[in-house]
Amino acid sequence: MRPTMALLRKDLLLERRAPESIPAMVLFAITTFVLFHFGLGRDEVDGSLAAGVLLVTILFAAILGINRLFVSEQEEGGFDGVLMAPIDRTALFLAKAAALFLFLTLVELVAVPAFAILLLGPSPWHALPALVLTLALVNIALAAVGALVSALAIRTRSRDLIVPIVTLPLLVPALIAAARSCAPLLAEHGDAWPAAKWLLMLGLYDLVFGLLAYAVFDFLLED
Amino acid sequence: MHGKGLRALTLATLAALSATFALVVFWAPNDADQGFIQKIFYLHVPVAIITLVAYVVAGVFAWRQLKTGSREWDLRSYVVIHIALIFNIVGLLTGAIWAKASWGHWWVWDEPTLVSFLIVFLLYATYQPLRFSIEDPERQARYASVFAIIAGAFVPLNFMAVRMATSLVHPRTFATAEGGMPGEMMFVFLVSLVAMALLFWLMVKYEITQKTVTWQIRALRRRLLGDDAVAPLGRSAAPTIAPQEAPAR
Repeated sequence: MRPTMALLRKDLLLERRAPESIPAMVLFAITTFVLFHFGLGRDEVDGSLAAGVLLVTILFAAILGINRLFVSEQEEGGFDGVLMAPIDRTALFLAKAAALFLFLTLVELVAVPAFAILLLGPSPWHALPALVLTLALVNIALAAVGALVSALAIRTRSRDLIVPIVTLPLLVPALIAAARSCAPLLAEHGDAWPAAKWLLMLGLYDLVFGLLAYAVFDFLLED
Repeated sequence: MHGKGLRALTLATLAALSATFALVVFWAPNDADQGFIQKIFYLHVPVAIITLVAYVVAGVFAWRQLKTGSREWDLRSYVVIHIALIFNIVGLLTGAIWAKASWGHWWVWDEPTLVSFLIVFLLYATYQPLRFSIEDPERQARYASVFAIIAGAFVPLNFMAVRMATSLVHPRTFATAEGGMPGEMMFVFLVSLVAMALLFWLMVKYEITQKTVTWQIRALRRRLLGDDAVAPLGRSAAPTIAPQEAPAR
């Protein structure tokens, strides 16, 4: 675990000293809410429309972070460092996924309240625990798939094209489950908890893609 | 060596396809509600099943490529995905035609098979661009295999999620296939499934043979006429080096 923690600490330190991904993702998310306001022509959204706007925005904001996740490794020789160090290579995957998870959580701490103020009609307070749980499961999905696709795309010729076209279809099942789970929470007089099957589906997605990404990540670093 | 049995397989496929066509047109009963157009079922459903199975099989081949490091498996995985993409497009088009004929719309979002098909197509459509953007053939094979494994696992999971999200208004094809479908329909369906599977296998074999023969000709030309006589290969999404040629590089 120690190499993972060291790599994670390095990523967080980099982001703290020269904030790059997080401010961009936050700005992007809030801009997107403004765009949705004008695009939909509505002052308030609720129910499945609110869930869709919120989750699609988070998904697109995550693409920005995924695109930049391995840039320092590629440009500053971080890959060579990890390959030369006597550590398990999957430590790099775990560290990057954890970093992306933390980035997304920080972004949501700003973006979700902003969404509630700018666009959301009904009050989300009653469903807060369920909302937090759903978003945490979504973040795990984004972190696992994102770290893998980012490592896959970083050494291709067209990183910024490959990342979104591969990531977005891969995340469709997670988006389905998350949107279905959030819709009743954000509705007028909504429920406090979503149907358990959607949370289970999200959990299953996290499990399958987390394990798969962990298993195949080694092969992306083999040279 | 790849061409072995190609003629027999071709003849068997042609016979199976002709038999399917004859049975579908002349023997299978017309559907009581939908009439003749329902017969597109014998094309659409087998193609759909084979596409999904092929994607999973390509993932298994890719796994073997990573385990053994043999480029032979990369070639197989690539070709299976290539042909499966073509089948996928056929499945989407026949599905849209069937939807138009029986429900009046070219696209219906509450038909889970069709929707998952579109999502899976969108994902696998990125396979070739991904390969094309990696120049080093060794790395191309490895990265493509990682993609094929992830995508192969994605196919069943995606199917599950889409089916869960769909309101169960329309009858499921397989509920019909197992329950209410008359024996003749079931029989014709199974014949059609076999014919489409043969067609898939045949196309895979043809493409593998074609690629291998091209490489062998290149190798022979180089040996006979010298290195200058063979133009260098450009960047390509397809696996470009014959497996037996690879160690020489």
